[in-house]
Amino acid sequence: MSDAVIAAKPADKVETPFRRFVSEFAESKVALGGLVVFVIIALLAIFAPWITPQNPYDLAELDIMDGRMEPGTVGGAGFTYWLGTDDQGRDMLSGIIYGLRISLTVGAGSALIACLIGASLGLLAAYAGGRTDSVIMRLVDLQLSFPTILAALMILAFLGKGIMNVVIALVLVEWAYYARTVRGTALVERRREYIEAAQCLALPTHRVLFRHLLPNCLPPLIVVGTMQVARAIALEATLSFLGLGVPITEPSLGLLIANGYEYMLSGKYWISFYPGIALLITIVSINLVGDQLRDVLNPRLKK
Amino acid sequence: MTAPTLEVRDLQTHFFTRAGVVKAVDGVSFSVGRGKVMGLVGESGSGKSVTGFSIIGLVDPPGRIAGGSILFQGRDLAKLSEEEMRDLRGNRIAMIFQDPMMTLNPVLRIDTQMIETVQAHKKVSHEEARQRARDTLGMVGIPSPDERLKAYPHQFSGGMRQRVAIAIALLHEPQLIVADEPTTALDVTIQGQILAEVQKLCATTGTSMIWITHDLSVVAGLADDIAVMYAGRIVEKGAVGEVLDKPLHPYTHGLIGSVPSRNKRGEALRQIPGMTPSLLNLPQGCAFRARCPRASEACLAEPIMAEIVPGRDVRCIHPHLEAPEAA
Amino acid sequence: MTVYLVRRILQALLVVLAMSLIVFIGVYAIGDPVEILISPDADQIERERAVQALGLDLPLWQQYAVFLTKALQGDLGRSFVYNEPALKLILQRMPATMELAFGATILALIIGLPLGLYAGLRPDGRFSRMIMAGSILGFSLPTFWVGLMLIMVFAVYLGWLPSTGRGETGTLLGMQWSFLTWDGLRHMAMPAINLSLFKISLVIRLTRAGVRETMLMDYVKFARAKGLSPARVTFVHVFKNILIPVVTVVGLELGSTIAFSVVTESVFAWPGMGKLIIDSINVLDRPVIVAYLMLIVLMFIAINLIVDLTYSMLDPRVRLESKGT
Repeated sequence: MSDAVIAAKPADKVETPFRRFVSEFAESKVALGGLVVFVIIALLAIFAPWITPQNPYDLAELDIMDGRMEPGTVGGAGFTYWLGTDDQGRDMLSGIIYGLRISLTVGAGSALIACLIGASLGLLAAYAGGRTDSVIMRLVDLQLSFPTILAALMILAFLGKGIMNVVIALVLVEWAYYARTVRGTALVERRREYIEAAQCLALPTHRVLFRHLLPNCLPPLIVVGTMQVARAIALEATLSFLGLGVPITEPSLGLLIANGYEYMLSGKYWISFYPGIALLITIVSINLVGDQLRDVLNPRLKK
Repeated sequence: MTAPTLEVRDLQTHFFTRAGVVKAVDGVSFSVGRGKVMGLVGESGSGKSVTGFSIIGLVDPPGRIAGGSILFQGRDLAKLSEEEMRDLRGNRIAMIFQDPMMTLNPVLRIDTQMIETVQAHKKVSHEEARQRARDTLGMVGIPSPDERLKAYPHQFSGGMRQRVAIAIALLHEPQLIVADEPTTALDVTIQGQILAEVQKLCATTGTSMIWITHDLSVVAGLADDIAVMYAGRIVEKGAVGEVLDKPLHPYTHGLIGSVPSRNKRGEALRQIPGMTPSLLNLPQGCAFRARCPRASEACLAEPIMAEIVPGRDVRCIHPHLEAPEAA
Repeated sequence: MTVYLVRRILQALLVVLAMSLIVFIGVYAIGDPVEILISPDADQIERERAVQALGLDLPLWQQYAVFLTKALQGDLGRSFVYNEPALKLILQRMPATMELAFGATILALIIGLPLGLYAGLRPDGRFSRMIMAGSILGFSLPTFWVGLMLIMVFAVYLGWLPSTGRGETGTLLGMQWSFLTWDGLRHMAMPAINLSLFKISLVIRLTRAGVRETMLMDYVKFARAKGLSPARVTFVHVFKNILIPVVTVVGLELGSTIAFSVVTESVFAWPGMGKLIIDSINVLDRPVIVAYLMLIVLMFIAINLIVDLTYSMLDPRVRLESKGT
């Protein structure tokens, strides 16, 4: 989203690396479409309280008499349930928009924290080398060899439900991806002359690490980060579906889908169907952006 | 005089890339007589390999033959369908590649890779095909071919692999072999053995050969004729002895000058300054102009290929006709 | 070869040890088993006696040693809920999960390999673009939601397939298998497809990337220069080479397929290990959780070993190197 904001800013006519990046990114109409859709979703999530006809988490606003109404029905409160209602009379449209809020918060939040932790450890491993490196990388291997869904399940089993706990679980299963990515790039970069030059100038270590090494590791980090946001959103939904994610009072998309499960067999499809579509659109749009980012930022694919 | 085995006329092979049209081969003409070896010499990127691939019909997109003709025993290869071309490939025309480490499929046994070639062009039994493979391996000097057939490529040394590749090329006794720097990746001693082997084979079977290389010393001992390529064009061609003894084009002159063994001990090595130009935006006029010691205003005009001395075609406005001035 | 094998097994043991420590700390040290095991109205003396009986008064490392010794004897505790050995419970449900995971893997190969091959040979074709778009979808679709949609379409609206359960089973090697009966296969169809979606996308992408890379190799060009038919070049020269990485990854993925069957089994009420573990987490049946985790770890290590061995069978270069040592 921030990309679009910066891109819209009038820049001078000179071909800067950033402008070239933007124009290369825009070469794929599909990816551009993905970005637009994602921005819309993000805006919906941010301004949810002003958009939705109902606060789906305020039980006082829910009317149990309006439960399981078909899409398009006008409810007791006087507005139309365009996407129907769930078993508690919650307007699905409001529920989905609020659910997106949770999904995006959890996804972006966990990705950001995991990125900070993972990137720092990866950088440290690459820079320090030796025993530090092997200890960190063994941890990474261990983490990556274990299926994420199981690790997250276990962590939540001990921590209990709650948005914060979901974020913690996601951070714990995701940091290793960032660590591996950053270490890989940093190992290549640190042999370059400019790092040697910086070391010869006796710059302090943290300066070499964060001002010289890190910026050069950013492209792959951005790609992995984007993909991991999508993964985190999917994982959160899955965990909530399995009943181990967010609390029942503040349903995320996954929990909304789970709530509709039992009614689907009797043909009331909308309770599960629409949140799933919202989830799908969100994940696909992020993946499309990530795919294109990878193509643009990957130097190997360039001539 | 019989018709040549191969006659290439004004061949144009272009690559249509996003950045523009790359004229990798731009109007190349030469012919190879029966049982003769033609040395195609040039720096990397001069278009010599693309010429070879054009002849065997393996130019991959975005490249394609954009013009000219390739007459092989009277048929124009440039006009053949893929199906007809495949019938000739590995059968009447064979190719040997540069890196023997890469040309044999690592996961298939030698016998598989040889027998499939035999059976691609001849309806013979598996056993007969195997027999043929064994005989050919023996012919290129591979000891105990029966055992070797059951081996995988990685169990061979580089020289041995190239012999296997040559054996595969010889399976159907082709009229023409295109050899793309087949000895560059090998040790000097192995190189010598293989060259001797190839020379013998050409002489006995009457196979013609195009030997693509950047190594003048290889060509000197092997080829009958030589064509020197620069930036997609032939700049000089003629009988190998004459071209190497009295190069007419300044580029050929420079190439020969940079062969270390030809210099006297202690003397500074001569070299051609600069680099091969990008084929995307060739300079106007003679492509060699910027690196040429004899270049003048006149070189801004395109030089044409002309038979300056009988049997010697040169594309230059200032050929080395008289003794070169002291450097 | 033996040196290699011994080293691999030693490495594997080390990983098992590390994982057992993590699982032990996670399950026994962070949580408080006393809370769950002892009724809240027990008095102080009863509590202490129970703590002693469970060995919870010992220092942590001694508790771990006890846990390890018992685990080595195959005793991973008794389920609080079923009051049966946890290991037995899990092993009972293993065939159901196994056949689901294998079914999904086979589906992924049958569908993914041809599509990936096509997309790799014609990277710019319209159909190839559709395949690749489909594979992005396959990566993005949340498994559980697809499962629900499958049930909605094929069980609720069309009524073609049963929505839940394993159906009739046949007996093989003393275990119950669904794939042996027609009814069982009908029950298996949807869960297997659901579980394979992600893997199909993965196989498509791997195959496509492999084909595109292999097509550029000299030996493919040489094979064409030999005058071989395009079919022979594609299916013998290219395909055999890409099979190696694809088989490796699919093999390695078998472990995570088994792990991900947690979700599929929950959606389709498939009575396998995954369903058991979710139920156990919900009621905090710790011995079952521990036993399941340890089993998964062992399985992962075994799969890794098997894949390595298969790999060496497919790739003659690896085979020779290991013979040499």
